[in-house]
Amino acid sequence: MRVTLHVWRQNGPDDKGQIVRYPLDDVSEHMSFLEMLDVLNETLIESGDEPVAFDHDCREGICGACSLMINGVAHGPQAGTTACQLHMRSFKDGDEIYIEPWRAKAFPVIKDLVVDRSAFDRIISAGGYVSVNTGSAQDANLVPIGKDDADEAFDYATCIGCGACVASCKNASAMLFVGAKFSHLEKLPQGQVEADRRATAMVEQMDIEGFGNCTNQYECQAVCPKEIKVDAIARLNRAFSRSTVKNG
Amino acid sequence: MNLDSNIPSGPLEKKWESRRFDLKLVNPANKRKYNIIVVGTGLAGGSAAATLGELGYNVKAFCHNDSPRRAHSIAAQGGINAAKNYQGDGDSVFRLFYDTIKGGDFRAREANVYRLAEVSTNIIDQCVAQGVPFAREYGGYLANRSFGGAQVSRTFYARGQTGQQLLLGCYQALSRQVASGQVKMYPRTEMLDIVVVDGHARGIITRNLVTGKIERHAADAVVLATGGYGNVFYLSTNAKNCNVTAAFRAYKRGAAFANPCYTQIHPTCIPVSGDYQSKLTLMSESLRNDGRIWVPKKQGDTRAPGDIPESERDYYLERKYPSFGNLAPRDVASRAAKEACDDGRGVGPGGLGVYLDFADSIARLGEDAIRQRYGNLFHMYAKITGEDPYKSPMRIYPAVHYTMGGLWVDYHLMTNVPGLYAIGEANFSDHGANRLGASALMQGLADGYFVLPYTISDYLASQKPGSVDDQHAAFDACETDVRERVAKLLDINGKRTVDSFHRELGKIIWDECGMARNKAGLKQALQKIPALREEFWENVCVPGGTGETFNQSLEKAGRVADFMEFGEMMCRDALVREESCGGHLREEHQTADGEAKRDDENFCHATAWEFQGVDKAPKEHREPLEFENVELAVRSYK
Ligand SMILES: Cc1cc2nc3c(=O)[nH]c(=O)nc-3n(C[C@H](O)[C@H](O)[C@H](O)COP(=O)(O)OP(=O)(O)OC[C@H]3O[C@@H](n4cnc5c(N)ncnc54)[C@H](O)[C@@H]3O)c2cc1C
Ligand code: FES
Repeated sequence: MRVTLHVWRQNGPDDKGQIVRYPLDDVSEHMSFLEMLDVLNETLIESGDEPVAFDHDCREGICGACSLMINGVAHGPQAGTTACQLHMRSFKDGDEIYIEPWRAKAFPVIKDLVVDRSAFDRIISAGGYVSVNTGSAQDANLVPIGKDDADEAFDYATCIGCGACVASCKNASAMLFVGAKFSHLEKLPQGQVEADRRATAMVEQMDIEGFGNCTNQYECQAVCPKEIKVDAIARLNRAFSRSTVKNG
Repeated sequence: MNLDSNIPSGPLEKKWESRRFDLKLVNPANKRKYNIIVVGTGLAGGSAAATLGELGYNVKAFCHNDSPRRAHSIAAQGGINAAKNYQGDGDSVFRLFYDTIKGGDFRAREANVYRLAEVSTNIIDQCVAQGVPFAREYGGYLANRSFGGAQVSRTFYARGQTGQQLLLGCYQALSRQVASGQVKMYPRTEMLDIVVVDGHARGIITRNLVTGKIERHAADAVVLATGGYGNVFYLSTNAKNCNVTAAFRAYKRGAAFANPCYTQIHPTCIPVSGDYQSKLTLMSESLRNDGRIWVPKKQGDTRAPGDIPESERDYYLERKYPSFGNLAPRDVASRAAKEACDDGRGVGPGGLGVYLDFADSIARLGEDAIRQRYGNLFHMYAKITGEDPYKSPMRIYPAVHYTMGGLWVDYHLMTNVPGLYAIGEANFSDHGANRLGASALMQGLADGYFVLPYTISDYLASQKPGSVDDQHAAFDACETDVRERVAKLLDINGKRTVDSFHRELGKIIWDECGMARNKAGLKQALQKIPALREEFWENVCVPGGTGETFNQSLEKAGRVADFMEFGEMMCRDALVREESCGGHLREEHQTADGEAKRDDENFCHATAWEFQGVDKAPKEHREPLEFENVELAVRSYK
């Protein structure tokens, strides 16, 4: 099939950037979306142009590297699917496809479709862990954890840190990302000890990084490739108010 | 070249304990005077960096990903082994040790493997304490599943995303050290060379992938945790950016590279669909707990799978290996699939596929139970192929998955270059000629959490901290080399893309050094690869001007350039190993029924290669393997 791509090109953080149009013939429906971009890049390089920069690595929907706004939707039209797992069979002959980077103050563009998401790492560093040193753990089966709690913790823990939630939120809020990590750990006895401290520290870091507030739009839940639910945000909010009350 | 394995004396069960007692320690107040570089922050490097930071060392950690959370380890699906014997089904440290040694076709060191089995249990404890949400039974206790090559249930898992959950646990521990200032993290930074001063590893040269800046980092010891080299084949289940560069540059600076020909071809991957294919997707081995593998009995049978009656199906693993059945180890299962397809009984486009069928399990357990166990894998299969595996069987085919070879290391995980360590998939130490499923995660975390943090102190205690800084002449020379290489790649301005070279190299290696190898083919590859390499250096096109910006073509070009040299060494290694063992099948050496035929008399050793120059053959060294606790047996899964 044939498609026409409209791709955001931006030479570096200081460049203004613009949309450039690339018609592409001979696209197979079995190609993944990123393989389609590979084909575009091969032709660009062969004709002496610079290829389109985009982040990717696992191409299996698990590393969270790929990060494309496709026709205005984070990761494109298929629910519960990262851009790398999207296949061209989701498009049809003659489609016009707009491809842009995540846009958020806290995610500055590095080049073309590549953005800097290190703010997420700093939020995790602020408190997204259990403080346990290597070697100090007791036997793993000493504390039984109900299957339902373990399963629920797992559901929150599946976050891949891609940032689609931020990119699709009109406030560029990171509450789903933070809420997911918070809820994963809070669901488990190991994570409960530091829960309130964790909530405060992560939320504070989130504000420092310049992410916006949550105004319950739920766009994040709609685009999350791991289908993480917004109850994560409610859990985080509860703990956050608990700890602000406690600390006056 | 000194290849002293440094194995402690004494009985197998006491070796690690007694060595730990003998290791020199660095006292807590002195630890902060030592700088350690850790390159790679997957499971191995991330766990090492976190633990070294907790101990009080100053750590600089590097990765090429934009965050340590995205290392290739994230993609591991099926699980992690540990000799907990929670199922009471007869598991023990010795059994895990034995299975791993046997699984590796008696080509790994006993002492290393035993230690791995010993510390495996600590890993599960540690991960649970970090909040890793392993699968549990209704009673609240940890659940287990079985993996290939084992008759006990010792694999811990988190649905089909075990690697993700383990890596996040490890990344969080690392983030905690970053917050405390013990670890300084350098993401999007690629190590391009290693600096050796008076024979000791003293630092690295890196390129900042965002700004293109070339930088120097000095330290008292360097740890490489840079993963495997499966992408030499171009198509593999590895993440796209996995590469051999760090290990290979270390090799060029004097570190021995061991057993490069030992590569693992995984039996259950989604088949190739076209020329544009950029990578292959694994369908976890855990699926073989409930899926049955078959092909039609008749050649060229094009009926839909549902139309082929039971009596006309060949469940070839169950037929050939009745005691292990569908859980035969990977090398055995892959070869059996290749055999069926070579025999004209493969299914799907091009006849390069076999069925993995869940119909029986769905009938027995219900669709929900299967969804609980493998939901995300079925979902992934459906997305990629557009077919529904709940309704019709999956089509699968073997693909390159893991590399057992790697930098040669001693019992302390130190290479032959003092102060240079290699851990995780980057070393050669524990899996011999074939790795059992769920053992890579175990090894990476064993190395990083429980082995290296002890052994490294033995070396550091004998070194004055900060003996070399980054103004040393060796840094000047090394930086110049790196700059020249980058400039050269950018200057070629040829006509062919980096990917096109990579694809061609991968095809040569897959054809001649893949699932089956023979002398004539390997010799041919040894002609073709240098010729291709020559063309690469004349005709590759790397756009992007000066290299002082974000430039993904340049990143790839540097990696493919290394694969071009590395691939040659791999074929050479396969050529000199005139036997079959594990993943290395030499067609000249098989039994009448097509099983691998080892030659313990002549090849019971690890081969370690020493660099002699780009266009010169490397020098072969051998580390003899001695087996005192197991009997070298024919590896049978029948
Ligand atoms: C699809 C798939 C599924 C798997 N499933 C399982 C399983 O179920 N169980 C199991 O036991 N094993 C499994 N494996 C194998 C296992 O995942 C890997 O062997 C293991 O995770 C490797 O870990 P590592 O830490 O050694 O390396 P990696 O995770 O590959 O990490 C390498 C690190 O090095 C960095 N790096 C590399 N080169 C450089 C450089 N030059 N400069 C700077 N940084 C660099 C990278 O950025 C990364 O941080 C699977 C593998 C695949 C491909
Ligand atoms: S490339 Fe890893 S999630 Fe898309």
